[in-house]
Amino acid sequence: MSHTITFKDVCFTKNDRPILQKISGTFAAKRITTLVGPSGAGKTTLLKLCNGLLTATAGDIVIGTQSISTIPPTTLRQKVGMALQAAPMINGTVYDNLCLPKKLHNDNLSEQEALRFLEDVHLPASLLHQQARDLSGGQRQRVSIARTLVNAPPILLLDEITSALDHTASLEIEQLITQLNTKYGVTIIWITHNLEQALHVGHDTWVMIDGQLIEAGPSSLLENPQQHATKQFLAGGIR
Amino acid sequence: MTYIGLSLTLLFVLIPFLLSKALHLQLEKDITIATVRAIVQLFAIGYVLTFVFEAESMVYIVLMVTLMIVVATLNARKKGLWIHGITWKLALAIIAVEVITQGVLLGFQIVPATAQYIIPISGMMIGNAMVLSILFLNRFKAEIDARQDEIELILSLGGTPKQAIHRQLTDAIKASMIPTIESQKTIGLVQLPGMMSGQIIGGADPLQAVQFQLLIIFALLTSAAVSSTILGYTSYKTLFTKHMQLYKA
Repeated sequence: MSHTITFKDVCFTKNDRPILQKISGTFAAKRITTLVGPSGAGKTTLLKLCNGLLTATAGDIVIGTQSISTIPPTTLRQKVGMALQAAPMINGTVYDNLCLPKKLHNDNLSEQEALRFLEDVHLPASLLHQQARDLSGGQRQRVSIARTLVNAPPILLLDEITSALDHTASLEIEQLITQLNTKYGVTIIWITHNLEQALHVGHDTWVMIDGQLIEAGPSSLLENPQQHATKQFLAGGIR
Repeated sequence: MTYIGLSLTLLFVLIPFLLSKALHLQLEKDITIATVRAIVQLFAIGYVLTFVFEAESMVYIVLMVTLMIVVATLNARKKGLWIHGITWKLALAIIAVEVITQGVLLGFQIVPATAQYIIPISGMMIGNAMVLSILFLNRFKAEIDARQDEIELILSLGGTPKQAIHRQLTDAIKASMIPTIESQKTIGLVQLPGMMSGQIIGGADPLQAVQFQLLIIFALLTSAAVSSTILGYTSYKTLFTKHMQLYKA
């Protein structure tokens, strides 16, 4: 099954206010697509639609060949993992957090397996039994990604995961995500406010403004935008 | 107690009234309303109880208990309007408390099946279930508001609504049971419970009064556990859409 995500005239309305308007386009399989746009453009809403945390009010979203409306929410969310901006942790150790996805499905994660996930996100084994609340911002974000990977999702959604990190930590996360994409062929959609990051990490980029998809294509479009609104946004005219 | 003696107890109302005036607390109106309501409501219930006790009819007892359940439900529902169908869920929780406690007390003939026992004990159980339901609803809402991220995290990992809200639910149930358990720990040491004090003042043997008080506090524990558990487990599903999304998200 191909892990492309296709949006077909997708709309999302909240309290009679249109958040997304007729979004159509395809996130290519096994590639990193960065999603950029000013605050309030509907980027997080679009991400949440992909794993069923929200439901489109019109249109359809298709993963491979299957409409997500036909996939049970719990199955969909295991396939389409999401790392949240705040990287929330449950009470307990890093190991407790890594075990969470398995526990939710009445399964176990051995310490050896947990250590492999820590290794995947470049964290030392010594962190395994540390309290999650004591982690630094960068470590939390890595544990959050590792925890999402426990479900082995073929599609990964990242919601501004580096926005609270310093430059070095941010670069490390970028490397990590690129490696995950290369190593496991994970399809990645990554919301970022950092245009530099969007350009050099993304294979493709979607530019969203006011709930509309303005421009989509190879990330190089950020250097050579075709649409006036994109040019304005990139020039800092739209925040 | 004579009516003159009772009138003199209004001095206890006058003191906070004057303090409120002196300190500009602006509670004079509330104190007056509360006092008048207490007098009217308690005398009214006094006359009703006298009538019911003398009538010795199960019909009046059932009517009285039903009225208590309805009033308790309508009072508590204001705190749970964010839960779909809260009125019936509250009614179910309070009825369950009443059925279980009276079932044990009457079924094992621990107390006689007369209005004199059934109505006061029902009042205490239903009143307690109402207060604890309000406590539960307030805490449950606060837990969900404070830890919405955690609920969304579990949903995003493929968890069910029950799994996603489990911690908030159990914490709220626990929080609504703790006051009952804690007050039970210090009972008799810090304060003499109202019912027991009333019996002793009324001339009852203190040990007999203690036995009844124990009966009540044990039953209150059931009231605390049953009301919040039923309310919690019947409510949580209504907080999610059919697509397993938190309504507030």
